Amino acid sequence: MNYAAAIQTTGQIALPAWRSRVLFVMLLAGLAALLLRAIYLQGVNNAFLQQKGDARYGRVVDIHAHRGMITDRHGEPLAVSTPVESVWASPADVEFSMNQLLNLAKIVGMTPEALKSRLTDTSREFVYIKRQLPPEQAEKVVKLGIPGVSLQREYRRYYPGGEVTSHLIGFTDVDDNGQEGIELALQAQLGGKAGSQQVIKDRRGYVVEDVASLRAPKEGSDIALSIDSKIQSLAFREIKQAVEKHRAKGGSIVVMDAKTGEVLALANWPSYNSNNREKPGISVLRNHAVTDLFEPGSTMKPFTVAAALEEGKVKPGTVIDTAGGTFTVNGRTIHDTHPERSLTVAQVLQKSSNIGTAKIALGLKPETLWRSLNQNGFGALTGAEFPGEAAGKLRDYKKWRPIEQATMSYGNGISVNLLQLARAYTVFANGGELKPVTLLKQETPAVGVKVYSDATAQAVRDMMEAVVRPGGTAPLAQITGYRVAGKTGTAHKLENGKYVDRYVASFVGMAPASDPRLIVAVMINEPGGREYYGGLVAAPVFGSVMGASLRLLGVPNDASLDNVMQAPAEIIGEEV
Amino acid sequence: MARLNVLLLILVIACALGVVTSQHKARKLYVELQKEKDRAQQMDVEWGQLQLEQGTLAMPARVEKIAARQLQMQMPQSSQIRYIRSGSGVVTQP
Repeated sequence: MNYAAAIQTTGQIALPAWRSRVLFVMLLAGLAALLLRAIYLQGVNNAFLQQKGDARYGRVVDIHAHRGMITDRHGEPLAVSTPVESVWASPADVEFSMNQLLNLAKIVGMTPEALKSRLTDTSREFVYIKRQLPPEQAEKVVKLGIPGVSLQREYRRYYPGGEVTSHLIGFTDVDDNGQEGIELALQAQLGGKAGSQQVIKDRRGYVVEDVASLRAPKEGSDIALSIDSKIQSLAFREIKQAVEKHRAKGGSIVVMDAKTGEVLALANWPSYNSNNREKPGISVLRNHAVTDLFEPGSTMKPFTVAAALEEGKVKPGTVIDTAGGTFTVNGRTIHDTHPERSLTVAQVLQKSSNIGTAKIALGLKPETLWRSLNQNGFGALTGAEFPGEAAGKLRDYKKWRPIEQATMSYGNGISVNLLQLARAYTVFANGGELKPVTLLKQETPAVGVKVYSDATAQAVRDMMEAVVRPGGTAPLAQITGYRVAGKTGTAHKLENGKYVDRYVASFVGMAPASDPRLIVAVMINEPGGREYYGGLVAAPVFGSVMGASLRLLGVPNDASLDNVMQAPAEIIGEEV
Repeated sequence: MARLNVLLLILVIACALGVVTSQHKARKLYVELQKEKDRAQQMDVEWGQLQLEQGTLAMPARVEKIAARQLQMQMPQSSQIRYIRSGSGVVTQP
């Protein structure tokens, strides 16, 4: 009522003065609150906003570090990383026409249905469509211009040597980490460490300023192996041919520089192509020359003879009574296939007489024989640091019975790997010095350990030269123009603790015998044909690989070019 | 006093503009540098690929096959080899 009257009389509403004052104070308080908040955020507790602001333009980018290259001793690449593109998608953002889908499926090699099903889960933000496409194909994907589908650069390892070097080099997994062989053994050196860097990016995503390097990338280092790729390919071809010719289960070959202990070639057959992502079973994957043990058989005899020579127990001309072909120790009989009444020590080695070797060994103290074998690296890792290497078995001499000492002297009851065996022969090539074995290129020749005297080493080498002459067990190992010293081996295979009628044929030798440059060790596992003697199966492989390698290296001849003597009709088979 | 202030103000503005332009130039140069780095990497990649290609083409097995099949080459027999000893100048057949 009053109200109406007031309007009527003045035409104005007279408000109480306190209302405007209250409003004024409230606005002022609001302003003050905002001011305080602003001061607080920008002055006192500014870290959060600063960070948010930086995030608008600042980015942390990864810097890829290259995986080192593996080369042979002459710099030929054996394993190289090259970039490939992986296609990935963010399913929520993907939009494509039917035509685009079909094209994409064709490029990445998937059925359109499979591709579609991969992109259905829109809750995921990152799905690989196809990893590691060659750059040309990746370009086609980009040209399709499908939103939500992008490329990511990755690196993939290529092996020009394929199956020739696969056991040695090994391979890497999809993320470029070493899985087998050298790739695994030297992962620490080969693998780079990715770095990261803080940068400023502009609106279009280009880096405009380098703010700070958070972590410098560490590039993987290149590694030069001791391998000679020409000899490697030669060795591979020959071992493959021999395994196929003799229908064997497998075969391995090691070529070593006799002076430095560097491995020039190491190959096995069956092999596989390391460039294929699908890998074969473990039996093909294994580097049999290093990871598998076998009883060496007669290739051990030179070490027994050398131990006896070193002790002064025998001389090369000492006559051993070989008992007409049978000899019984501890109730077990040792046989010779070519029974003789007596043989000199040199002939024992030449004709590979088990009885002769056993008698020489029994004239030694167990400890002497054991030390001789042990010092030559048997029963221990070679130090080549190849993953999965088997050390072999050399039993403690304190537990030897005479029959064990006898059989061990001709390589039964002891197990070795081929690399170990090849390395042990460096003592005969270097005047009694055992060289350390290595798969890496050496700039300075490694210093070995003296095991035998020069005279002993020379004497055994001379005796081993007789092995390849007619009358020995391996005339097929002769090489035109070079003198050869070597030893055959044929051993029964041991299965579940019993010797079975399957064999391991081997040959280890060196040439030129006057001053050995190379050592080649060949092992053929279970030759399936009628021939199974080391002198028939393994020695020809030795001959062709050694001959060609020496010519390749330009090693001067130490014999006339008509030095190969016709082998007798029947090659002397050794007792196995 | 006022004059000095004006002078300093102009100086400050000039410096500020200088900072802006040099920053801009630095960024432009950085982009350039980045491009060159990318190019270097691209070339590195290409080098790797070429090396790989060369390695594949020079595989001893392949060279041997071509030598034997296409070029009809063969290993010399021992009777076909002559040795030349350095120094003597005489060709010998050992």
